[in-house]
Amino acid sequence: MNYLNETIDSLHKKLADKELTSKELTDQTLNGMKDKEKDISAFITVNDDAVKDAEKVDNDGIKGSLSGIPIAIKDNIVSNGIKTTAASKILYNFMPVYSATVLEKLEAAGAINIGKTNMDEFAMGSSTETSYFGDTHNPWNLDTVPGGSSGGSAAAVASGEVIAALGTDTGGSIRQPASFNGIFGIKPTYGRVSRWGVIAFASSLDQVGVMSKRVEDSATVLSAIAGHDEHDSTSSEKEVPDYRANLSKDMTGVRIAVPKEFWHEGTNPEVIAQVNKALETYKKLGATVDEVSLPALKHAVEVYYVLASSEASSNLQRYDGVRYGFRAKDVKNIKDLFVNSRSEGFGTEVKRRIMLGTFALSAGAYDAYFKKAAQVRTLFIEEMNKVLEDHDFIMGPSTTSTAFKIGDKIDDPLAMYMNDILTIPANLAGLPAASVPAGLADGMPVGLQIMARPFNEQAIFNAAYALQEENKFYEQIPTALKGED
Amino acid sequence: MISKDEILHVAELANLKLKDDEVDSFVSQLGKIVDMESNLASVDTDGVEPTYNMGDTSTTFREDKGIHTQTREQMFENVPESEDNLIKVPTIVAKEEDE
Amino acid sequence: MNFETTIGLEVHVELKTKSKMFSPSPVAYGAESNINTNVIDFGFPGTLPTVNKEGYRLGVMVALALNAQIENHTHFDRKNYFYPDNPKAYQLTQSDKPLGHDGYIEIEVDGKKKRIGIAELHVEEDAGKNTHGNNGYSYVDLNRQGTPLIEIVSKADMHSPEEAYQYLEKLRQIVQFTGASDVKMEEGSMRVDTNISITPVGSDTYGTKVELKNLNSFNYVKLGLAYEEKRQAAVLKNGGKIEQETRRFDEKSGETVLMRVKSGADDYRYFPEPDLPDFEIKPEWVEEIKASLPEPAQERRERYINELGIPEYDAGVLTDTKEMSDFFDEAVSFGANPKLISNWLMGEVNAYLNEKKIGLLDTKLTPEHLSTMIKLISDGTISSKIAKKVFQETISNGTEPEGWVKEKGMVQESDPAVLKPMIMDILDNNQQSIDDFKNGKDRAVGFLVGQIMKQTHGQANPKVVNKILMAELNNR
Repeated sequence: MNYLNETIDSLHKKLADKELTSKELTDQTLNGMKDKEKDISAFITVNDDAVKDAEKVDNDGIKGSLSGIPIAIKDNIVSNGIKTTAASKILYNFMPVYSATVLEKLEAAGAINIGKTNMDEFAMGSSTETSYFGDTHNPWNLDTVPGGSSGGSAAAVASGEVIAALGTDTGGSIRQPASFNGIFGIKPTYGRVSRWGVIAFASSLDQVGVMSKRVEDSATVLSAIAGHDEHDSTSSEKEVPDYRANLSKDMTGVRIAVPKEFWHEGTNPEVIAQVNKALETYKKLGATVDEVSLPALKHAVEVYYVLASSEASSNLQRYDGVRYGFRAKDVKNIKDLFVNSRSEGFGTEVKRRIMLGTFALSAGAYDAYFKKAAQVRTLFIEEMNKVLEDHDFIMGPSTTSTAFKIGDKIDDPLAMYMNDILTIPANLAGLPAASVPAGLADGMPVGLQIMARPFNEQAIFNAAYALQEENKFYEQIPTALKGED
Repeated sequence: MISKDEILHVAELANLKLKDDEVDSFVSQLGKIVDMESNLASVDTDGVEPTYNMGDTSTTFREDKGIHTQTREQMFENVPESEDNLIKVPTIVAKEEDE
Repeated sequence: MNFETTIGLEVHVELKTKSKMFSPSPVAYGAESNINTNVIDFGFPGTLPTVNKEGYRLGVMVALALNAQIENHTHFDRKNYFYPDNPKAYQLTQSDKPLGHDGYIEIEVDGKKKRIGIAELHVEEDAGKNTHGNNGYSYVDLNRQGTPLIEIVSKADMHSPEEAYQYLEKLRQIVQFTGASDVKMEEGSMRVDTNISITPVGSDTYGTKVELKNLNSFNYVKLGLAYEEKRQAAVLKNGGKIEQETRRFDEKSGETVLMRVKSGADDYRYFPEPDLPDFEIKPEWVEEIKASLPEPAQERRERYINELGIPEYDAGVLTDTKEMSDFFDEAVSFGANPKLISNWLMGEVNAYLNEKKIGLLDTKLTPEHLSTMIKLISDGTISSKIAKKVFQETISNGTEPEGWVKEKGMVQESDPAVLKPMIMDILDNNQQSIDDFKNGKDRAVGFLVGQIMKQTHGQANPKVVNKILMAELNNR
C-alpha cells in the first residue's frame, strides 16, 4: 500500500463500500513497509497480530472512519502484548501487560496498531539518533535525520508506509520531525489527551499527538484519542469536538501574532522565506499579521532544559533492573544491580539528562535552578497568554533549519538543544501547537508552526487546512522515494 | 561551571557509574549547559509563583474501591528473577528502613 | 552535671481504606505475596497515580482529632531514593504543604496536665517489604506498596521517656477513636521513630539529636529512650561528644545499638509531583469531616461518669478501646442497666476474652444479646446462676438469649399464684419443720426451700419463694 495519495476518508470509503477489506489493507500495508523499511527504518517492532486484528474488524463490520485502518504508534506508548521499548536498551525486552488509553481508544474505534515506531531514547533528542535500535532516515534525503524524537512516526507517514501515526511531544518532538518530513503534526493542549500508558519523559510537558500528511486525517485521529481519562488526573474534562466535521478554511478577520524573537539570528534564510510565503497566504485569505514581542522567550531553552531534565531524572529512576527490563549480570549486591543496570541500560543522552536533572534538584541547586525555572515558566506563560488575548494565533517557523545530516550534531548537545527553541514555548505554556508544511528550502521541507489558545485545537486545524488547501504541499513526493514509484 | 566532584556526587545520587572519559566529557558538556541555565539568574522572579504542573482540573479524587486490574501472573511476566511469588534481587546491604 | 532531655516523635499510622493511596489495588494485611499489586504498584512505565479520596478524608479526620489546622491548597511531592521496595524510586508524600499543621495532644504525667505540640501531619504512601535470605539474595513483596499512611510529627516538647509514653498512649487512643486506623503496633499499622537529645540543665542550645528506630512497642520506646538518656549523659560526663546517628533498640539486651552515622549525604530531591494537579481542600468538606468525627474517648468517659453513673475507674476501662466503648454504647441503647452492662463487660466478658486470648469482636457476642440477657436477669426471668449458662451459650454460639432460655425451659418461676399453693402443700406435709422454725431453728427454712426447689426443678425464684414462705410460717 502506498498511502501518499490516500486520506482516511478515501480509505474509509473503500472499506465501507467493501472494495477493500481491512485484512487486505493491512496486508498491503505490511508489504509496503517491507519494501520501504529497507531505506527508512521507521519501525522498531511490527505488530505480528495486525492481520488477525484486521480480520476481527472485518468480522465485526466497518463502522467509524478509523475502523479497519492501520496506524503506527510511537514506541513510548505502551501496547499490551506488543514489546514497548522507548528505544532504550533498558526496556529492550519489556512486554507491557496493559495498554495506553490512547491505544485503547484507537482500538475501540477499530484502528489497527500496525507497529511501534523508532524514536530518540525516552524521547530525548531531536534526530532519532539516540535510539538503541539504530537511525531512521528522512525520506526526503536518506542521509539526513527525520528529526525527533518522533522521527520514526514522521518518516513512516512521509514515506507513505502508513496514513497516520501517533507521536509524543515534550519540547517539539512531533512538530520538529513533522517539519523535517513535510507532513502535518499536532501537539494538543496539555491535558487534552490522556498520558496513561505513555512512558514519561517530563510529566508537566509530555503530550500525545498525531502526525499525518493531511490535516483532516490528524483531525479525525485526535478526536478519537482525546478526552478525560480517570487514570490521568491531569487530563481535562472538557468535551472533545469533532475536529474533522468542524473543519473550515475561512481565515477572514483572523489575527496572527508573529513574535520577532522567532526570527532567530541562526535561522536559515530559506526557512524564513518559506514561512513568510505562508504568512502572505494567510493575509491573502483575509487574516492580519502583527509583529509582537515575547521577551521571556530568550530564556525558554534554559527553563525547558532545567524542568524537563529534572522531571525526567525522577521519572527514569524506576528503571533499576528489579521488576522489568534490562538487569545487569554478575552483580554482588543491590547497589551494583541499580548502578550497573542503569549505566549499561541507558544511552549517553539519557544519562546526560538524568545528570542535569539530578543536579538541578539537588540540595544546593534546587532554588537557583529548579525553582527559578518554574518561576520563569510562570512569567513565560503569562507573556504567551497575553499575546493570545488579542490574537487567535502565534505563528512562526517550526525549526531553525531543515533536516540536518545524520551525525552532524549528535556530539554537540548544546547545539542540539538549541534546535528546540521554537517548539519549546508551546510545551512550557501547555498550548496546542502544530507544524504544517509551508514549502521546500533547497529541496527539503519547511514547516510553519501554529499555536493557539488552550483547547482551541479546532482553530489550529482550520488554519493548517486553509494553508494546505492553498499550497497543496501533500502533492509533493519525497525525493528519496521518487526513483521507486 | 560544574566540578568533577559535583559530577561524581550527582552520578552517585542518580545511581550511575561513569567511565573516566565520560566523567571528563560530562564535566565539560554539563558545565556548558549549566552555564546556559544559569542565565535564569538574570530574570527578576520576586514574588512570582512557580509553575510545577499543568493540570487544568481542580480536585480529582478516586473513590475508594479495591480492585485487581492485573493478575499476579501478569505482574511477574517481566520480572527478571523470582521465587515463591517474590521478586528476587541480589542481597540488600543493611539499611535502616528495613523491617 | 545534670541534663535536660528533649524528645520528638514521628509516628506513622496506616489509614484504613479499601484501596491504596494512589492505586486501586486492595489493601489487606497478611495477604499472599504480591497478590494485591498492579502496574502502578510495580512502577510500570507509563503508569500514573490517582488520589484515594477516602485516604485523604481519614487523614483530615486524624488531623482534626489532633486539633490541627487543615491546609486548604496543597499538592503531593516526590521523595526520591532508590530501594527495591520503593518501585518508582520516589515516594509520594507531602513535604511542602502537609495536610495539617499545629495540632496538640494533652497528656497527664504525675497528675500534671501538659500539652504536646504536633508540628505537622501529612499523607504518604507506604513502601513494600524486603526480606533477606542467607543465600546472597533478598526478596521483594509489593503488597504493602502504596498503603495510605499518615505521618504525625510531634514538636520536640517531651522531656522524659514517660512523657513520650503517655503521648503515644494518648495518640493511639485518639486515632483509634476516629476509626481511621487500627493503630496496631504488632501489625505495623502504627510505627514509631524517635529523636532524643540531652543538654546540660540551663544550657540555651539543644544537644545533638540521636534517632532511635526499631521500637516495636510503647514499652520499648520508654526503655529505649531511658537507655539513651543514660548513655548520652555518660558520654558527655566523660568529656565525649554525641554523634548525629541512628540507633536501634535491641529488645534482648534492652540497649540501643548504633546503626549508622548520619553523613549528611542524604539528598531526597523533593519536588512537587507533576503527575497530579494541585488540589483544593474546601472548608465545607473539612466541616463535613469534622461533623462526622466519632465522639472522642475523653468525652465518652465523661458522659459515662456524669450521665450513666459509671464509676470513674470503670469508665476509663470502657474507653480504653473504641471497640469496647462502641459495644458498651450499643448495649446501653438496647435498654439494659448501664452499670450492669459495665459490670458484665469488665467481669465475665473480659475474663472470657483473657481466657481465650481473643478480642471482643472475635466473639459471637452482640451488644443486643448482652443487653437482652441482663434484662432477663433484672426482671427475674432467669437467675444469676442460669445467666452464666446463657452467657456461655451466647458468647460462644451467638444464640439469642430470650428464645434459648424459653426453649431450654430455664425461665425462673416467679409467679406467687403458682408458687403459693405449692408452698402451702409442702408446709402441710412438714409440721415438724414448722415446729422447728417456731423453736428458733432457722435450718428448717433451708430444708423447706430445698423441698420447693426440688419440686420446681430449681426454677422457682428464690426471692419470691422466701417471701411467701416466711409470711406463711409466721402465719402458722
